[in-house]
Amino acid sequence: MNARTTCVLLLAMAVAPHVAVAADDSLQQLHAEIQELKQSYEARLRQLEERVAQAEAAQRAASAPPAPTPSPAPAAVPATAPGPAAAGAATANAFNPAVSVILAGGYTSLSQDPNQYRLTGFLTSSDVGPGPRGLSLAESELSLAASVDPYFSGVLTVSITPENTVSVEEAFFQTTAIGNGVQLKGGRFLSGIGYLNGQHSHVWDFVDTPLAYQAFLGGQFGQDGLQLHWVAPTDTFIELGAEIGSGRDFPATPNNGNGVGAAALTGHLGGDVGFSNSWRFGLSYLSASPSNRSSDGFDANGNAVRNVFSGDSRTWLADVIWKWAPNGNAVQRNLKLQAEAFQRHESGTLVFDADGTAASGSYASTQWGAYAQAVYQFVPRWSTGLRYDRLDRGSIDFAAADPSLLAPPYNPSRWTAMLSFAPSEFSRLRMQFAADRSRPGVTDNQFRIDYQMSLGAHGAHSY
Amino acid sequence: MKLRFVLFAFATLLGTAVAPASAALRVLACEPEWGALAQALGGDKVNVYLATNALQDPHQIQARPSLIASARNADLVVCTGAELEIGWMPVLLRQSGNERIQPGAKGYFEAANFVTKLEVPTRLDRAEGDVHAAGNPHIQTDPRNIARVGAALAQRLADVDPANAAAYRAAHEDFSARWNAAIGRWEKEAAPLRGVRVVVQHKAFPYLLNWLGMVEITTLEPKPGVEPSSGYLSEVLARLQREPARMVLRAAYNDGRSSEWLAERAKIPAVVLPFTVGGDEQAMDLFALFDDTIKRLLGALR
Repeated sequence: MNARTTCVLLLAMAVAPHVAVAADDSLQQLHAEIQELKQSYEARLRQLEERVAQAEAAQRAASAPPAPTPSPAPAAVPATAPGPAAAGAATANAFNPAVSVILAGGYTSLSQDPNQYRLTGFLTSSDVGPGPRGLSLAESELSLAASVDPYFSGVLTVSITPENTVSVEEAFFQTTAIGNGVQLKGGRFLSGIGYLNGQHSHVWDFVDTPLAYQAFLGGQFGQDGLQLHWVAPTDTFIELGAEIGSGRDFPATPNNGNGVGAAALTGHLGGDVGFSNSWRFGLSYLSASPSNRSSDGFDANGNAVRNVFSGDSRTWLADVIWKWAPNGNAVQRNLKLQAEAFQRHESGTLVFDADGTAASGSYASTQWGAYAQAVYQFVPRWSTGLRYDRLDRGSIDFAAADPSLLAPPYNPSRWTAMLSFAPSEFSRLRMQFAADRSRPGVTDNQFRIDYQMSLGAHGAHSY
Repeated sequence: MKLRFVLFAFATLLGTAVAPASAALRVLACEPEWGALAQALGGDKVNVYLATNALQDPHQIQARPSLIASARNADLVVCTGAELEIGWMPVLLRQSGNERIQPGAKGYFEAANFVTKLEVPTRLDRAEGDVHAAGNPHIQTDPRNIARVGAALAQRLADVDPANAAAYRAAHEDFSARWNAAIGRWEKEAAPLRGVRVVVQHKAFPYLLNWLGMVEITTLEPKPGVEPSSGYLSEVLARLQREPARMVLRAAYNDGRSSEWLAERAKIPAVVLPFTVGGDEQAMDLFALFDDTIKRLLGALR
């Protein structure tokens, strides 16, 4: 045996087990490859089968003879053609948020000068009043909404005023992944207090807000802050919420502090009674600490005055909604009953007529307000509504001046009737007449026509 | 800064409010047909809550409190999809705070994803009425679609509730054998309906007509979801003089005035189809739904 043979033998001995292993490996590999091939053929076969089935369906739909004369129905392809959404799915634009636009405007006729309007006896924000006379544009609303990622969704709603200014109505994120009925919202949002407050103006049944909303919330109360929201795991709807915010909106004021400017607690209960009825009851509490909150108004003699309040403002708000529709099918006929009541207690210091006599002293008031309304859709597309508003001056203690100078003994009230025609779910034309007795001895007859048009993403059917 | 919080009376309610968790899988079905299918496949392993009944137009539902509560508690939501519930389902999902049923999660099931859709619009514009980008969503009127959705739903039930996967599979095998036999029977019974020309009130039946080979001449709604004017109805009537149809079809939840008006003048029967489970007294389960649908269609031929 020469050295070379020895080497070969040694080599062979060293390699042999590896060869065996290699043979084993390649066998497994082959097996895996065959398996893979089989799977891929099966998948392709399935795809082919599906395509044959689809083609058959298409053929059948196509062979079903279409109406000989042009059909009034929208052009439709028989089957399987990908929709426009699917076709564009690969492009970056497919991730664009849902966009919707609200166009609104109308005509207003007022028998009294809107510049002299006031809610007698109430320290209000500057947003109170029936708005301008004549033809006018209302706020145009642009809204973008989408999921952020698996954990958050986001909404931006911008409103463009007829005065060509842009304001951020809502801009918030919301959690989607916490679960257990818990959600956290952060940013700017409409507060969850009451019923109407959380709704955008274009879904209101009447053109304007109830007097109580104007007197106690300056129309609508928004927060820049956080909202925690929990739905209980019960068959009856129970929902609890808590909010903290900067106090941007009336009755609060932003007050240059590191803390919370306004906080709210909300609770709702709701359910069904049979198929035809559903209801919701809510109770809310809003606490604010305004400082140097300015209210333009008139004294008992009709002179314009500016009053400035600092202190605590606490508002209770109860709301109840009852809806009826035969068998719960609201398409033909439905009735909606709605009422909300406010109580506000404010205590602190008030400067009466800050730009004139500037009488300053301690101030405490407990005031009330409420409205009740019914809206009935009597045939598809047509509905009519009636609303009654009332404010109660309540009790006012003001050390520095005669309280009746601040708030003459008068309780504002208003009746409103409305007729609305909605050609489709996306458009509405409305007529409204109101007899507004917010000022003693004066009735403001307010006649309005308005429209709302909704473009883009489908609106939400909120309760 | 001082803030005085007031505790709600509700806070005391909390202790009593938390209901005992039920062992069965909680299924929220958007429409009765999917509720019936989930019940057939899930048996006593599922607890089905129906969001709508057969007399409600599923396009026009509001996210009322009871629905939010049921979405909050659901383990699985079974809807049609294809934008049928676009007005209210997103609101429910958003307000429920239930991460299990969000789109993309296992607990969110859209039936229309598992069938081939008809009437997919080539032009997406609201000027065409209430059109659905994904195609016509009323897929349940073809029993072959029910079979396809049934297979997918059985799989989904097993995914969501793996402990009972075997039971769902067995129930599906049993259901699908009976269902396929029934489809054969229905197709035989419905043979005389092939080629029959009909007018429909809303575009609610393309899948049924496609299955049975019937022909839709026109609709009473000028555009989907748009109520007909009397002028438009007269046009339809004039057209029927030229191209006669055998019957006018509408779903149980549709208002009958326009189809009765036309039926009387065109001297053809107006047929109310149950459309979904519970749509009339006979159609109390999925099998009876198609038994009754075919019986009513054949009845109108005589």
